[in-house]
Amino acid sequence: MENRPLEYDYSVSKLFIYTSLGIGFVGMLVGVIIAWEMAFPAINTIFGDGAIAEYTNFSRLRVLHTDSVIYGFVLSGVWATWYYVGQRVLKVSMAESKTLMYVGYAHFWIYLFAAVVLVISLLMGITQSKEYAEFEWPLDLGITTVWLLWGASIAGLIGLRREKTLYISIWYYIATFLAVAMLHLLNNLAIPTYYASNGIGAWYHSVSMYAGTNDALVQWWFGHNAVAFVLTTPIIAMIYYFLPKESGQAIYSYKLSLLSFWGLMFIYLWAGGHHILFSTVPDWVQTLGSVFSVILILPSWGSAINMLLTMKGEWQQVASNPIIKFMVMGSTFYMFSTLEGPIQAIKSVNAIAHFTDWIIGHVHDGALGWVVFMIMGAVYHMIPRLYGREIYSKKIMATQFWIQTLGIVLYFTSMWIAGITQGMMWRAHDEFGNLAYSFIDTVTVLHPYFVIRAVGGTLYLIGFAMFIYNVVMTARNGRRVEASELHNTTPMAD
Amino acid sequence: MGIAELQSYGFLTVTIFLTVALYAYIYHLYKNRKDADGHDYEDYADLALNDDLSDTPVNAKNRDK
Repeated sequence: MENRPLEYDYSVSKLFIYTSLGIGFVGMLVGVIIAWEMAFPAINTIFGDGAIAEYTNFSRLRVLHTDSVIYGFVLSGVWATWYYVGQRVLKVSMAESKTLMYVGYAHFWIYLFAAVVLVISLLMGITQSKEYAEFEWPLDLGITTVWLLWGASIAGLIGLRREKTLYISIWYYIATFLAVAMLHLLNNLAIPTYYASNGIGAWYHSVSMYAGTNDALVQWWFGHNAVAFVLTTPIIAMIYYFLPKESGQAIYSYKLSLLSFWGLMFIYLWAGGHHILFSTVPDWVQTLGSVFSVILILPSWGSAINMLLTMKGEWQQVASNPIIKFMVMGSTFYMFSTLEGPIQAIKSVNAIAHFTDWIIGHVHDGALGWVVFMIMGAVYHMIPRLYGREIYSKKIMATQFWIQTLGIVLYFTSMWIAGITQGMMWRAHDEFGNLAYSFIDTVTVLHPYFVIRAVGGTLYLIGFAMFIYNVVMTARNGRRVEASELHNTTPMAD
Repeated sequence: MGIAELQSYGFLTVTIFLTVALYAYIYHLYKNRKDADGHDYEDYADLALNDDLSDTPVNAKNRDK
């Protein structure tokens, strides 16, 4: 191996891994803080109710939590894997093209700069008030630049490839790129008010080009597909590479992976209407959103079952290899949340579930159980190969797995109970139609579940800190290993 | 017929077309088993397993243009 003149170049991948760890920790920490604020509102003004309270209250921090974990932690993780998997399955090194290296570095540094500006703007309370698309137009332009640079990297690597056929993971990365490009541009069409009105308002403010119901329709078409194409398709891209590679088992059915891909592409884009059931959008759009959400179970489970069947005959690896544990549990949580989502999208269920904490529970069993587990599994697989070292501690990894799994279970079970309790109490009425409870009655009842959720989140954060420690120690102090030991199962010190 | 009705009929037509296309694709995959280059689809699962730069590509691309 030492004589090989050409090696894969992982320098951009490494930069994204460390960014993912850093922003991931901060984003999850903010999540835990606001969970405790929900349980004990006095924490909102823990530093007094003066000027600092503006930056410590739930409403300011919540958006920082969601955007930093989605666009900071997850996207960095996705790009860390892209700059690793992309080269390997296309059999081309980034080092073969100076342009590709420049594009990769520009992608990273402009992204990091945009992320810093984004955090500052959110802390200052500058938003266009669209969930998951809070950023004002100057930042939207920056995001577009970052996205196009990623597109250039994808196109460049594909153009130089030695392997003619694009592996299934590449299809999922391409889908992520194309769909988010379309969603981002169409949902953020806006008029900068300062320039359109000869100087009224701040230069960075804007108003949407859509109005009222149309704005809601476009926003939730975007919002739901942000879940699809930031939190689902790139994560499927990861599992289709990392699970077979780590286990040494070829995908159970490559054909099933292809048809699940096209099924998912066909169905996902129509399901956004389930976010605006019982609103002013046309009834047929609501029914459409419901029906397509239920059909969505098929391609989602197609991928998830394909992954579980990949382990056929090799289930002992789930017990012996914690990285496989993360991925198999991730796949299982994917099945779980893609069954839960369609159930919530059924109109009669949604009548109870909408606006309640059950939705928050659903998001988090998907995000914590599927997305984060899969990214951590991928990083644990990559780090020894990036540094030629074995994992620093298998014990820490296994302990972390169980602490975080317990955290997720506490999180989603408490939110299920809280959500259904809320939904039932809000609609309860006497024989004259008077509401049986006021809003504050529900808050009082929900307090214990908010505490359980905060404990679950704290456990998850502790596990994430153990993950960071293990990754950094692997890179710095892990025992050096030969390349031949890194082919499939990742070597780990006890 | 208003725009809303046209949209819903248009949507139905597209849905039926895409459903037929998807099922035709599934039929095509399982009937032919091999792609246009004569490789069994299942061989491509090896792309994740044999992914060193020195490994032989499953379906090599001619880079000399």
